[in-house]
Amino acid sequence: MCLIRDLAIQGAQMLLVLALAPLLTGWVRRVKARLTRRRGPPLLQPYRDLWRLMRKEVVLAENASWLFRAAPYLIFAATWVAAALVPTFATGLMFSWSADLIAIIALLGSARFFLALAGMDVGTAFGGIGSSREVMIASLAEPAMVMIVFSLALLAHSTQLSTVADFMRSPSVGLRVTLAMALGALLIVAVAENGRVPVDNPATHLELTMVHEAMVLEYSGRHLAVLELANFLKLLLYMSLIACVFVPWGLAPAGSGLLAPLLGLLAYGGKLAVGGTLLAVFETSVAKMRVFRAPEYLGVALMLALLGTLLLFVSRGGLR
Amino acid sequence: MVTAATLLVCVALLLGISALAVTTLRWRGASTLVYGLCAAVALALLGLAGTFLIAGAPGPSDAVLPLGLPWIGARFRLDALSAFFLIVVNLGALAASVYAVGYGRREAEPGRVLPFYPAFLAGMNLVVLADDAFSFLVAWEFMSLGSWALVMAHHREEGNSRAGYVYLLMASFGALSLLLTFGLLAGPAGGYAFDQMRLHAPPPLLAGLALMLTLMGAGSKAGLVPLHAWLPLAHPAAPSHVSALMSGVMTKVAIYAFIRIVFDLLGPAQVWWSVVVLVLGAGTAVLGILYALMQNDLKRFLAYSTVENVGIIFIGLGLALAFRAQHLALAAALAVTAALFHVLNHAMFKSLLFMGAGAVQGAAATRDMDRMGGLIGRMPLTTLAVLAGSMAISGLPPLNGFASEWLTFQAVLVSPQLAATALKFLVPAVGGMLALAAALTAAAMVRAFGVAFLGRPRSPAAAAAAETDRWSLAAMLFLAALCLVAGVLPGFVIDALAPVASALAGGHMPQQARQPWLSIVPIAESRSSYNGLLVLGFVSMSAALAALAIHRFASRAVRRAPAWDCGFPDAGPMTQYSASSFAQPIRRVFGGFVFAARDVVDMPGPGEMRPARFKAVVRDRIWEILYAPIAVAVDFIARRLNRLQFLTIRVYLSLVFLALVGLLLVLAVCV
Repeated sequence: MCLIRDLAIQGAQMLLVLALAPLLTGWVRRVKARLTRRRGPPLLQPYRDLWRLMRKEVVLAENASWLFRAAPYLIFAATWVAAALVPTFATGLMFSWSADLIAIIALLGSARFFLALAGMDVGTAFGGIGSSREVMIASLAEPAMVMIVFSLALLAHSTQLSTVADFMRSPSVGLRVTLAMALGALLIVAVAENGRVPVDNPATHLELTMVHEAMVLEYSGRHLAVLELANFLKLLLYMSLIACVFVPWGLAPAGSGLLAPLLGLLAYGGKLAVGGTLLAVFETSVAKMRVFRAPEYLGVALMLALLGTLLLFVSRGGLR
Repeated sequence: MVTAATLLVCVALLLGISALAVTTLRWRGASTLVYGLCAAVALALLGLAGTFLIAGAPGPSDAVLPLGLPWIGARFRLDALSAFFLIVVNLGALAASVYAVGYGRREAEPGRVLPFYPAFLAGMNLVVLADDAFSFLVAWEFMSLGSWALVMAHHREEGNSRAGYVYLLMASFGALSLLLTFGLLAGPAGGYAFDQMRLHAPPPLLAGLALMLTLMGAGSKAGLVPLHAWLPLAHPAAPSHVSALMSGVMTKVAIYAFIRIVFDLLGPAQVWWSVVVLVLGAGTAVLGILYALMQNDLKRFLAYSTVENVGIIFIGLGLALAFRAQHLALAAALAVTAALFHVLNHAMFKSLLFMGAGAVQGAAATRDMDRMGGLIGRMPLTTLAVLAGSMAISGLPPLNGFASEWLTFQAVLVSPQLAATALKFLVPAVGGMLALAAALTAAAMVRAFGVAFLGRPRSPAAAAAAETDRWSLAAMLFLAALCLVAGVLPGFVIDALAPVASALAGGHMPQQARQPWLSIVPIAESRSSYNGLLVLGFVSMSAALAALAIHRFASRAVRRAPAWDCGFPDAGPMTQYSASSFAQPIRRVFGGFVFAARDVVDMPGPGEMRPARFKAVVRDRIWEILYAPIAVAVDFIARRLNRLQFLTIRVYLSLVFLALVGLLLVLAVCV
């Protein structure tokens, strides 16, 4: 019975993230549009776009290799698996122990590795510029992310997300400077990793500062649809991560009855709506940076996370 | 029962092959014969050492040969540590020999390579087996000179003789440091056997001095910054299968020397040792990969990446020393296992990548990445193997590089148990540096793989490249498969390492093979666990499902058309991002500080007809600060001493007399 319930929750989670991801992006777009006094596309537009793209034929560049064709599926799969391992509405997922937080980051790293390679496959200058900038941003964002994991892991004595979430919900946490620093760093990294406004602009095209759009420039049809979906999933993943670590209330604990997951689902929906709104407000209120300001921006995250970790070591009673 | 004597017979066989190579040089099939025999012996050694380690290393086995110093003989011993390194050495040797069966046929002057290759293998095996200082140093020098001869195989090519010269200098420096180390360890009684050294641990001050000398001796061979200068010169100069061995295996023999001396012979560890090792390791990891990102020569890039990986291994060893100094056996076992696992992994993927570079060099007739491109269409299997190696070295799950880096991170995360204040500050910073190095490695591998194998060919030779021979492919695909297996089933490797960890750290990690679903759990499941098998299964299943569903229910139509490229028609292949332009953002972020990097743009004014020019200046500060002054000083002294060459016989005789008197005086005063 327990096994079936765990399996069901794990399966539900996999489908849930897949189903919700386009909705979240649609919500962010919609709020952004309203904030700039446009009506904006309907909430379900991303689903329609995906379906339309999937049914179109693929136009491949003449010299595109097998890697170019396989990469979208690999990127999507790695992102999907990573997203399915972050607790959304319940902790203690069936397979949550198969990869801890470090492995989840590394899975996203795999996705990025293939995306950057795919950008270079056709051999156009735009693809190269996108890949080159993407790896530059990643080379700063990833260490920052690992340092955030360090501070969380040192507090919770675990790199397992479920355990971290359980710890964060327990009364023993209290208010800590380290947590505030980790949250700040995580927000900065999440914005950068998802190619959001101060670092990259998801809505641009044909602009020299673009990063993500430049890498996927040669993609079309179902390949593009899968890549877009992977991108939606990544946004959802970071939102769920922030929600499950810093706003863990409402998560159904392992072994609870049927009601708790349902409540968790409601809470999760609320968290995503609030998170999406905040992201949209943030994006409309700042301007995009020059690409070489991005290292400074990410450097802040790296320093915050490192200071947070050091603070744990230095402060008396910081570590039990 | 595997004994040291059996292994010595195998090593003697290698020396015999060397002699055979000298006699059969004129025969056309000599290279196939020699490499085939080397592969067979390496396989035998691999099997023997593997059986010994998997059986749990049942007690060390000794052998004494009546050679060397008369009062100790030449002692050899097989224990858990040497068995593990024998596996590393012979795994690399096996793959390199199989690769060379094909690669060696293209060798223009096999006489310069064949006799030295088996001797080099024998040297590495003997270092790992040696059990007294004398045979250790002799084997060490044998290994150094063998590899030096192989580096000089193509000595007429530009830059190779300089590489050989620098290598020889650094090797002598390293051997001198090790000689002094053993001198300190042997003490005034002159106990040169390792057993005697174990019994008489030196006093703390001398032990510290011996540690620094070991770091110089073993570190210069392994490529620890700032003693790495010879690596990127010598590794690319050698034939590719030898480069693979030098980078993948010989650096590991140096790490063996470090472990043997510091963990085994030097007595109880002290906290400050680990501080030194951690700082050196972290610095080496980050600087190595930053240097690698600035290289356009494929093999030189790989050599710098070796420097980075040696740094990662030293981080693991430094953590192990720290835990050992504070008597935390389990944590020390975790750190030591992580370091040794990375040793094994790096031997696999770095050998693979060097072999891939050799195949590419053979096909595209260049090592310059900026003249390659599009090889994925011309060399599909090489590309596949190199892609696996690149993913593994970038630490991407589910391959093996990630498993060992993950373990190292777990070792960093138990650091709150350390009591020493210096370590409390240092270890998180080291963890950050490790993460930075790992992220930069992924960037560097995207750059190298993307520029060399993807895109459009940048030279006619690259456009006409052909797939390499079957032997080379077999060796590369074998290593690629091993990378996958070790990444998916890391638990078995960790279990096999348990006897080594017990010997070095006084404890070992919990047995992994019994964990449910074959996941690895370093401490407890609630703390951290990772399952490569499930990750691989999930990712491949989701990818296959997505592809199937879309092809079945949406669309499967494909049309080929010219690249879109934002509507620019027919841009030439030279407009692609090159290796240098790909590294430009990173050069701009990190380079100003590390390399004093500058971009010089010469833009002609309006109306001028000359072309605009761009030059990226990258300086090697370590060379400028450390090596150049030494070279200048040596040059200066040599010029002054040059006068001694032109004296009269009278002056020479009086100099000899004065020297004799001086020595006698020293003797009279001191004894």
